[in-house]
Amino acid sequence: MSALDSIAVQAEYETGNVVPLLHEIRHALERLLNGEDGTVIDMRSLPLAPGEEKRIEDALGKGEVHADLDALGPTTILETSYPGVWLITHRNTEGEVIGRFIEVTRFPSILESQPEDIRTGLTALGNRLAEDSA
Amino acid sequence: MRKDQNLGEYLRTQGVSRRGFLKFCSATASLMALPPSAVAQVAEALASARRPSVIWLSFQECTGCTESLTRSHAPTVESLIFDAISLDYHHTLQVASGEGAEEARHAAMEENDGEYLLVVDGSIPLGNPGYSTIAGISNLDMLKDTAKGAAAVIAVGTCAAFGGIPQAFPNPTGAVSVSDIITDKPIINVSGCPPIPVVITGVLAHFLTFGTIPELDHLGRPTAFFGQTIHDRCYRRPFYERGQFAHTFDDEGARKGWCLYELGCKGPTSYNACATVKWNEGTSFPIGSGHGCLGCSEPGFWDHGSFYKPISAGLWGSKETLLGAAAAGAALGIGSAMAARARKNKAIKESEADSS
Ligand code: SF4
Ligand code: SF4
Repeated sequence: MSALDSIAVQAEYETGNVVPLLHEIRHALERLLNGEDGTVIDMRSLPLAPGEEKRIEDALGKGEVHADLDALGPTTILETSYPGVWLITHRNTEGEVIGRFIEVTRFPSILESQPEDIRTGLTALGNRLAEDSA
Repeated sequence: MRKDQNLGEYLRTQGVSRRGFLKFCSATASLMALPPSAVAQVAEALASARRPSVIWLSFQECTGCTESLTRSHAPTVESLIFDAISLDYHHTLQVASGEGAEEARHAAMEENDGEYLLVVDGSIPLGNPGYSTIAGISNLDMLKDTAKGAAAVIAVGTCAAFGGIPQAFPNPTGAVSVSDIITDKPIINVSGCPPIPVVITGVLAHFLTFGTIPELDHLGRPTAFFGQTIHDRCYRRPFYERGQFAHTFDDEGARKGWCLYELGCKGPTSYNACATVKWNEGTSFPIGSGHGCLGCSEPGFWDHGSFYKPISAGLWGSKETLLGAAAAGAALGIGSAMAARARKNKAIKESEADSS
């Protein structure tokens, strides 16, 4: 616990943005079910009071999937308690948040293996097998 | 990063996977205040981006703007973008000094004639060339000489953009902004005292990604970051709308997080991204810690009256007009900017008259 954590901070302000955001997510889910494209909401673009980001997280809850990615620092990908609503937090190698997004989609694209990486991996596997058989 | 490499190749040599690159692009698009749907476009453009040469000149300044940008720990998105430019001259950061440094500047100017980016922090004194010199060259001469071959100029900080604190009354050095001197080049004003680091890198990222300058407002600032006031995006806005104001920094209203308008908040007339981008890696911003906005990204902010009096008091000398002023928030932004512009032009004329 750092010295700052010991200071009791009461943050009970409200922008009133949490409920409209949940409605926005509801509309995005309806569009997704109707076969339309997914939606990405950049949390940085929302004016939020201290403590409100946490309230959004709590309102969305935790679902069945939790994935960790290690690329240019850690990224956590959480499916919330509402299937199809994902909370994605990108951090740098210092652990600082560099981007936070709510994605309404069946599967976040950042989890897919990319052709360039598959190609690099294929070359590495080929090299290894060649070395082993040499 | 080698000069002949593009950014995509460079990141791969650094062991960054395509997935890592896409993460970098998501953060960069967010940094540039682009919608998340633009990530694919950003990825395509950034992968093939060439490394632009940047010459950074520091004139009458406190080094706060450079400090704002470089204090973040590597490797952040900002530092990766910083790696992706060729910073060929920055006398605070480079090892070379004096004539050696000036040779590096001239070499970069010749090699990249018509293509380099010129970044300037600090204002330019017109009162006496000796007030601020680098290697014996006056700020005015160095700016004119270096701007000639630049593709565009980025004026970083309120001093370079509008004259800033050096120009505050009585403007003893006859300080002026970059746009008062350079009139034949595209100029991007990234104001703020200091500017938010991600706004500086967001502008660099835009140039790197699209090879163009971003859309600008009437004061030459990128609308992606300066298109709305602090007040437009402030989380205390519901209290403002309900007329719930803190009257002192420790009264009940202050403790409940009410609006800081009566305590001098300049948010309604200040165009900047602090309320959403925030400071210190997105941790908070002044209003989040209970202090009003000073309006540091606006022309003449130092001469707009007390930081602790409502905007209405600054303009009409009376607190009674508070409610009228609150209603006229947006109009005041334009009015105060024009008043500041007029004051600046008067200061320039006076300094020219003094030196002639
Ligand atoms: S006056 Fe200041 S504290 Fe109040 S809502 Fe506007 S920006 Fe926020
Ligand atoms: S909140 Fe206002 S004074 Fe503070 S940095 Fe932002 S624009 Fe400047």
